[in-house]
Amino acid sequence: MAAASAPFIEFDAFTKSFDAVTAVSEMSFELERGEFLAIVGPSGCGKSTLLMALAGLTQPSTGQVRVQGEPVLKPYTDLGFVFQGAELLPWRTALQNVLLQSEIRRAPKQESERRARELLGQVGLDGFEDSYPDELSGGMKQRVALCRALLHDPEILVMDEPFGALDALTRDQIQIDLQRMWMERRKTVVFVTHSIDEAVFLADRVLVFSPRPARIAAEFRVPLERPRHLSARTGPEFTRLVGEIRGVFETLGVLREERK
Amino acid sequence: MSGTTQSKQAQSKHARRTGRGAAPANPPASGGGAAPARRPSGAKRFLESRLADWVLPLVLVAIIVAVWQAVCASGAVEEYVLPAPGDVLGKMFGDFGTFADQSVPTIVAIFVGFALAVVVALPIAVAMVYSAIVRRAIYPLLIIAQVVPKVAIAPLFIIWFGFGQLPKVLMVALICFFPVVIDSLVGFRAARPESLMLVRSMGASRWQAFWKVRWPWALPSIFAGVKVGITLAVVGAVVAEFVGADKGLGVLLITARGDMDSLTVFASIAWLTVIGFVLFVAVEALERILLPGKRGGRSHEASGSL
Ligand SMILES: Nc1ncnc2c1ncn2[C@@H]1O[C@H](COP(=O)(O)OP(=O)(O)OP(=O)(O)O)[C@@H](O)[C@H]1O
Ligand SMILES: [Mg+2]
Repeated sequence: MAAASAPFIEFDAFTKSFDAVTAVSEMSFELERGEFLAIVGPSGCGKSTLLMALAGLTQPSTGQVRVQGEPVLKPYTDLGFVFQGAELLPWRTALQNVLLQSEIRRAPKQESERRARELLGQVGLDGFEDSYPDELSGGMKQRVALCRALLHDPEILVMDEPFGALDALTRDQIQIDLQRMWMERRKTVVFVTHSIDEAVFLADRVLVFSPRPARIAAEFRVPLERPRHLSARTGPEFTRLVGEIRGVFETLGVLREERK
Repeated sequence: MSGTTQSKQAQSKHARRTGRGAAPANPPASGGGAAPARRPSGAKRFLESRLADWVLPLVLVAIIVAVWQAVCASGAVEEYVLPAPGDVLGKMFGDFGTFADQSVPTIVAIFVGFALAVVVALPIAVAMVYSAIVRRAIYPLLIIAQVVPKVAIAPLFIIWFGFGQLPKVLMVALICFFPVVIDSLVGFRAARPESLMLVRSMGASRWQAFWKVRWPWALPSIFAGVKVGITLAVVGAVVAEFVGADKGLGVLLITARGDMDSLTVFASIAWLTVIGFVLFVAVEALERILLPGKRGGRSHEASGSL
């Protein structure tokens, strides 16, 4: 193992350009093991790009992404990825979709299936193991995608606007479920969202990105105690943080009063 | 949980229609009070049933045959121009031995030629998906091979390979190759990039990504090509037999035409149609077996008749 002192995840002057556009410019930040980091930023600023670089699905134009001191040069597989859409395979049932993870990794069948069923149960999907994606609601699909990302018990969980398409009620519930599952496991989470509320509710730390090329415009620690309850959202600490983050967007010109 | 009741209903509807999709073991405690589905009327129920898939076309065929019979019975056309359906049917089964005998080489040519086309087309399509060089090199050739009138090549095949089975097989293969390769190519490229990204982040090899993602995504499209191909295969075999062969339904047909034996001509056409139809149905059955899972259940219903 590389230097024990190295941060668990490290973006070091990470830059990603596509032909004409620079999506992310010279970005540096670190994550501790077991930290829940949320990233908020305007659409198109390079959040998905950043996550893909962490997963090793794309390479930085310059700079480095390191996990435990090792640069990520190929797909980093001790990681679970929840994509912007649920990305379930339509010909597989919920259970089979979760088991895709273990099939690709050639993990033992029986043990994987037991775990998959357990996970599906934990997110309230028991009884739907044999349903096809087309027969599931948006929230249910997203839960299946979450189970799939957790099946192999990865050290890192990467979530790209996983709940963006859900209604407020479903979203509340799934956030509570995610918090519970995270508290049980304490994996390192990088969570991208458009919702300031969601970021503050879930994360230990919130990074606010500027419009493209993305830079870190601000960073907030969230000192709220866990488990956080939905009622925390009306508390003074929560409201203050949300207000401050919104303020950053206003300064950046991303949010303008008259549009609201 | 929102959406639970709704999807339960969608699921049970789906289960009723297809007879699969095992019912969930423990139904959710809440949201169970869904109103019982309205019982559709008898006519509507019939129209939605599998039986209607058979009855409706049969009724249509019966009407056409009845009109045909009426025209013949009226004496408006000579018998050698249009024999009555009953007579054609009588010929089909009266001379069954002859037709069966002549069908064998035709069917064999169809099978072998078609299999050859598929076996060659799939790897080519795969190679074209994975290699831009192969794609750019082969694509123009494919187009040229397709625009060359195949019927015009048939005499060449006879010159090269004689009057046996080989030119027939090649003709069949050539004629059904194009739709299979093109639709397979479309299919293999239909995989969502996100699905491929997903398995890549799991550390999938190319082989795994192909079999777990690309292949299942491609199957519907491949079958679309295969279905077009199988109908063309019959055409290919008959064309080859027209141009020159020692045996086959096409040979029987062309000989009968020379003798002005329109009854045999009609009966041959009828048998060729039966062969083509059976092959097509067989491919569809295979598709149902091979297409994994179930696609388009709810969205299919929700998109209605649009
Ligand atoms: N493969 C690509 N080729 C060219 N440009 C790209 C590519 N991928 C991303 N981009 C550009 O990079 C920028 C950042 O894209 P990215 O998907 O990372 O944004 P995002 O922050 O995730 O946006 P959203 O919140 O809307 O999902 C965008 O301007 C996009 O146009
Ligand atoms: Mg994105």
